[in-house]
Amino acid sequence: MNALRRTWEELGRYPSAVVGVVLIGFIVAIAVYAVIAIPYSEAIRLWRGGDDVWIETPRHARPKWINWFRKEKLPETIIVRTQENPDAKTVIPYGEGFSEIQVVFEFEYTADDFPSELSLFLQGVYAREAPYVDAFWITPDGREIRLAEFTVGRSYSYRISQDNQVRRRVGNVAPEIGLFADPSVTDKLVPLKGTYKLVLDGFLFEDDATIEGSLIAYGKVHGIAGTDHRRRDLSVALLWGAPIALTFGLVAAVGTSLITMALSAMAVWFGGIIDWIIRRITEVNMILPMLPILMMIGIFYSRSLWVILGAVVVLSIFGSSILTYRSMFLQVKESAYIEAARSYGAGSARIIFRYMMPKIIPVLIPSLVVTIPAFVFLEANLAILGLGDPILPTWGKLLNDAYEQGALYQGHYYWVLEPAVLLMLCGLGFSMLGFALDRVFNPRLRGL
Amino acid sequence: MLSKAEVPVAEQATQKPILSVRNLHTWFEIRRLGFFKAGEVKALDGVDFDLYPGEAVSIVGESGCGKSTLAKTILGIHQPTKGEIIFEGKKLSEFTKEDRKEYTAKVGYVQQDPYGAMASFMTVKRILEEPMLIHGIRSPEERNRRIRQVLEEVKLTPVEDFLPKYPHQLSGGQQQRLVIARAMILEPKLLVADEPVSMLDASVRVEILQLLRSLQERHNLAIIYITHDLSTVRYFSERIFVMYGAKIVEQSGTRQLLENPEHPYTKALLEATSDPDAENLKTFKKVPSGEPPSLLNPPPGCRFYARCEFAIHGLCDKQMPPDFETADGKLVRCWLYDPERKQ
Repeated sequence: MNALRRTWEELGRYPSAVVGVVLIGFIVAIAVYAVIAIPYSEAIRLWRGGDDVWIETPRHARPKWINWFRKEKLPETIIVRTQENPDAKTVIPYGEGFSEIQVVFEFEYTADDFPSELSLFLQGVYAREAPYVDAFWITPDGREIRLAEFTVGRSYSYRISQDNQVRRRVGNVAPEIGLFADPSVTDKLVPLKGTYKLVLDGFLFEDDATIEGSLIAYGKVHGIAGTDHRRRDLSVALLWGAPIALTFGLVAAVGTSLITMALSAMAVWFGGIIDWIIRRITEVNMILPMLPILMMIGIFYSRSLWVILGAVVVLSIFGSSILTYRSMFLQVKESAYIEAARSYGAGSARIIFRYMMPKIIPVLIPSLVVTIPAFVFLEANLAILGLGDPILPTWGKLLNDAYEQGALYQGHYYWVLEPAVLLMLCGLGFSMLGFALDRVFNPRLRGL
Repeated sequence: MLSKAEVPVAEQATQKPILSVRNLHTWFEIRRLGFFKAGEVKALDGVDFDLYPGEAVSIVGESGCGKSTLAKTILGIHQPTKGEIIFEGKKLSEFTKEDRKEYTAKVGYVQQDPYGAMASFMTVKRILEEPMLIHGIRSPEERNRRIRQVLEEVKLTPVEDFLPKYPHQLSGGQQQRLVIARAMILEPKLLVADEPVSMLDASVRVEILQLLRSLQERHNLAIIYITHDLSTVRYFSERIFVMYGAKIVEQSGTRQLLENPEHPYTKALLEATSDPDAENLKTFKKVPSGEPPSLLNPPPGCRFYARCEFAIHGLCDKQMPPDFETADGKLVRCWLYDPERKQ
């Protein structure tokens, strides 16, 4: 305990260690928040999408905070729901179940750019005969544009942005632009600010019939991280990437280091044929390339992150570090305290685990800390190569999606930069801490 | 202390030896390219002696003569190539696993470098507990009782202050006391001390030797004291074995040996011992020239032949001398003392 506190105090003297600890703390905080705020199964469900989970978020939206740096503010998503606003509906009964209905979706538009999409989702409530409506668009300056007329089924989606008739009516520009454009400005397209209305005028044919629904003017910014091509909020993957990356890095680094150390200690202690076998396996394994083997496992067997993690650990055990540890243990084996332990009857297992391994663990800790990000990057590499876990959201998966969708060509820089920055912070944090630890534990380096 | 050293050797011989070493050989193989046998280093090449309960013997000799190999072979750290070690009437080579474990409890080991002899990551308490844990002393009360007792015995008091410390927090003398405490904690009958004071300050040496001596008297402990320094020997042991070139060349009582060295090598060794005498500044000591023989390929005759001024050509370089008994309990491995030749 005492030694731990002393190490900690000594670390405080290295600014790089402090920065490293802060960065690691940041990543750990993200990881803890992610695991608490979004349970594992929920994260997987959200990332799989489907079931219209992401129906109300825009595609390719940038993060909201991008507006802080822009003069022309990008629009956020505007959702107008009839359920939240009962006054929007007026029903005039004519008797015999027949009535006239007017539904008004009214909203204020203040952004300096056009929305990315415009959709109307309606649910007709009826027994046999569906309501029938005319849809009109009323701009702040009083123009009235006819959109369409349709029967409101039980679940009716009217994608205004994709309506070619509206497109022609507003001057052959995309409806979400034409409907919002300021007609007084002729040289370019500028949105007109003010109160817009979408009015549904129509008839109900049954007593209990009604129309519910929502109008969504999708914005161009969303959340703290933006969205991808499937409307998924990137923050889910960014948050959940942290615990996955940390687990993968820690388990792989600690697992390989400890097993490698135990193996090389055994090789040195027993010597002879055991030493020979372990060294030959190591030499063969060092020649075999790890990445193609992992790719083959990914293609032919399983792409589950945990299978890959196991494979990484198994392949890394017989790495070059086994020879490094071996050279240290050769020295430790001959030291007087091992001889003393033998003289009072310590067995082989006790000598290996209680006498030899603790001696070099201080040397191991810095390299352990530095290898954690190496394994995090390895996981990202595999994901970028398309061998990421198919269901788990990770940083590498985000990069892979961005790459496949040509994010950089389309100018979606945020999509690449966000996971990349987190990966880099993670690597930077562990490296800075690791280098400082190296100096604390290896006094020979202190003079440098 | 000298009173004990005066006890005639013959009187002790009536007792049963606690440890007998018979024709002991420890050879280390040298390999070329990791596979091909290139020869053997004959670190011990036929060593015989008896050790009696409660007796302290010193083994002296220069570096590389096999002193430490002898100690480690007795402790079971090295396997003997040939010959026998007999402890309390039982051969080490016939030990069962339990016998061997019991043997490690009955034989304590004190090394040269006290700091290196302890695991630097263990506290004093842990260092002393380890041998007891290995030997199945489960009850913590018993362990604590023994730790307290042994620390008081080596005068590391107050005990509580020392228990949580790490070896690097102790002084050299305290470290060696701790090593002795660890060797004593299983209540051994034989203590092997391999150069226990050579790395300590001159001021601490005598204290440590006196401590060993008092432990020996209190526990009737047999001690094998290995040293290259003849000046510490006279304070310590009843008998001295002089080693040269992997063999014991002279065995005799301490006083007898110091006053009347017989083997030419012993004479040279005593000649080389420095005394704090101002006269030494002006004198030039006569020391035999040359190097000890290679143990990889030792000469057929006496190992000291090449450096010996009394060498008999045609005999000493051809035939290894046997042990000749020149006085009661005094053995010398030198042709000069061949009774047939003298006649």
